[in-house]
Amino acid sequence: MSPIVKLTDVHKYFGTYKVLEGVTFEVPRGGVAAIIGQSGSGKSTALRCINALEAIQGGTIDVCGHAIQDPELNRRALRCDVGMVFQSYNLFPHLTVEQNIMLAPTCVKLMRKPQARDLAHQVLAQVGLAEKAEHYPEQLSGGQQQRVAIARSLAMKPKLMLFDEVTSALDPQLTGEVLKVMEELARGGMTMILVTHEMAFARKVASQVIYMHKGTVWETGSGTMLDSPRTAELRSFVNNGL
Amino acid sequence: MTTSAFSIVHFEFLCWAALWTIGLSAIALVGGSLLGFVIALARISSNKSLRWASSLYIQLVQGTPLLVLLFLLYYGIAVFVGPTIPSIVAAGAGLTIYASGFLAEIWRGCIEAVPKSQWEAAECLALRRSQRMVHVILPQALRIATPPTVGFVVQVVKNTSLASVIGFIELAQAGKLINNSIFEPFTVFVVVAAIYFGICFPLSAWSRTLERTLNVADR
Amino acid sequence: MSYRFDFLALLPYWREFLWGVLLTLQISATATVSGFIIGTICAIARADGSPFIKRLVATYVEVIRNTPLLVQVFIAYFGIATLGVHVSANVAASIALTVNVGAYTCEIVRAGLQSIHRSQMEAAECLALSRTQIYWHVVIRPAIERVYPSLTSQYVLLMLASSITSQISAAELTAAANRIQSVTFRSFETYIAVGFIYLVLSFVVRAAFALFGQTVFTRRRKLGTAL
Ligand SMILES: Nc1ncnc2c1ncn2[C@@H]1O[C@H](COP(=O)(O)OP(=O)(O)O)[C@@H](O)[C@H]1O
Ligand SMILES: [Mg+2]
Repeated sequence: MSPIVKLTDVHKYFGTYKVLEGVTFEVPRGGVAAIIGQSGSGKSTALRCINALEAIQGGTIDVCGHAIQDPELNRRALRCDVGMVFQSYNLFPHLTVEQNIMLAPTCVKLMRKPQARDLAHQVLAQVGLAEKAEHYPEQLSGGQQQRVAIARSLAMKPKLMLFDEVTSALDPQLTGEVLKVMEELARGGMTMILVTHEMAFARKVASQVIYMHKGTVWETGSGTMLDSPRTAELRSFVNNGL
Repeated sequence: MTTSAFSIVHFEFLCWAALWTIGLSAIALVGGSLLGFVIALARISSNKSLRWASSLYIQLVQGTPLLVLLFLLYYGIAVFVGPTIPSIVAAGAGLTIYASGFLAEIWRGCIEAVPKSQWEAAECLALRRSQRMVHVILPQALRIATPPTVGFVVQVVKNTSLASVIGFIELAQAGKLINNSIFEPFTVFVVVAAIYFGICFPLSAWSRTLERTLNVADR
Repeated sequence: MSYRFDFLALLPYWREFLWGVLLTLQISATATVSGFIIGTICAIARADGSPFIKRLVATYVEVIRNTPLLVQVFIAYFGIATLGVHVSANVAASIALTVNVGAYTCEIVRAGLQSIHRSQMEAAECLALSRTQIYWHVVIRPAIERVYPSLTSQYVLLMLASSITSQISAAELTAAANRIQSVTFRSFETYIAVGFIYLVLSFVVRAAFALFGQTVFTRRRKLGTAL
């Protein structure tokens, strides 16, 4: 199967500080890649580069046929293909749940309001929040807000979803309800790349685990790689992390 | 000099002049808002020369006294347009420029106070820059901007008093005229101050209330 | 449309401009220093005084902040004369500006005081510092440091606003300009020149405050944060 995302020798600096030093990996259609690693190892930066939120200084990234390093990159077309969910939810506080979801389909895809509303209710049902359409984000729990954020991305019918530590701000119970939604998405065939600290989740759901260390892909393999690490770094990371 | 005491007639004259103070404030605020909004947008635009030009404009307006700006416009209009142009033109233009320079800076701050993550989230949903601005950033900035904007209205009302220096008859100038005829400066100007206070204090109080509700809502 | 600018006509009056600049700086500096002292005392009184004192300070601040400086200047000038004391226009101007900026300083410093956390004072009490020591080291200094940028803006505005005192014929820069334009009939050029001078002055005053802040608030300098 042809890859949906392909990073080749990606280099990224903040000023003179080198954050990514030759990152290479690819994710096939329908694949679920879990990126793990210590804080500061460049996981978020890698994810942000995939969505062209950060410019890269070397290497190539291909996402659903978009060449990210191309100065002529059509960002809006890219963002129509890629959904992204953040640790801090980033819902729009002045809009209701339904309006949050309807905004992009009506503005970008010029969908009519009634259709967009139907779509909103459909994706809300998918994350189990059909009854919260009229609520404002601040009226929801963290876990519910994060599920709305996922629904908001889903409404754009992306080919690829990026998740950056989406459960890190949640307590264990709320974490569970968000992970459940993500697991269902994976089972439905969505291509996903997720940065996570939930090792059990990575082991169970990911088709591919990427361990990043000091700005490079240190070790990569299937979920079982976590049970028998080859490198000392991953071994100590897994032991301390569990 | 015929000296008579401060009377109800004088008070009526002051109240009538206060209407001009309010009218001039309204002109300055409407003009200043329109101009100031455009300049605030230019200030955060992605175009470097626009940013630079708007920043220069703000520095110029905030770095010169309103009094001098009014003189400049008054004599500038006399020289370039004609000496018979009514003083409300120079006064309105001067206060509009003044208000635009300060409002632009206040509003730029409010727009930038919307977290960067909101821009990013909107960007990730494939919204255009203008759509991000209109649907996501401005509605949130508006909420933040209301208290300081109402607070600035007070500054504008007070500063319309400077239009008196170019002969525009508003509250302060009316006070001067009455004082010239009855020479009771202390009484006259205390009454004038009281009328200004009556206009400004409710606005200040409102601004503070708005700020409190905003802070509570953010918690 | 064929107006011919003639800035050279102003050149013979450079002494008057310079003198005006010095007097403007003098009036502003006086008002800044005394207004800062009054404002800080008022802010402390408003935070820790008796209910009556608090009410009094609040009234002072509200009255000043909700009336125009121009009218305050008139009241100060004519009011002092009504008391039978004769003072020069410049003294009246300095008094009016001091009273005015004192009220604004009070509000700014009060915001600074409110931003100091209670736990800071408790920590200091646990170190057995005296009440005045606590107040000075843990409350007032950090509070002023925190609002120093707002104070700077306020005092630059004050310097510009001192032009208003030309209306009671205080001798300062704008008054000098008024006189020069009436002699040269070059009004437009005069006010362009004076506007430019004020612009330079506002940069100079801002720079002076930045420099002063750097020497007084050493922590900021060491941390490299901008003032
Ligand atoms: N905008 C930025 N400017 C400068 N340095 C940054 C920026 N974003 C991240 N970094 C640095 O890059 C490194 C990697 O960050 P990040 O990708 O967020 O790590 P992770 O997500 O793995 O914790 C960190 O050392 C961080 O301090
Ligand atoms: Mg991260």
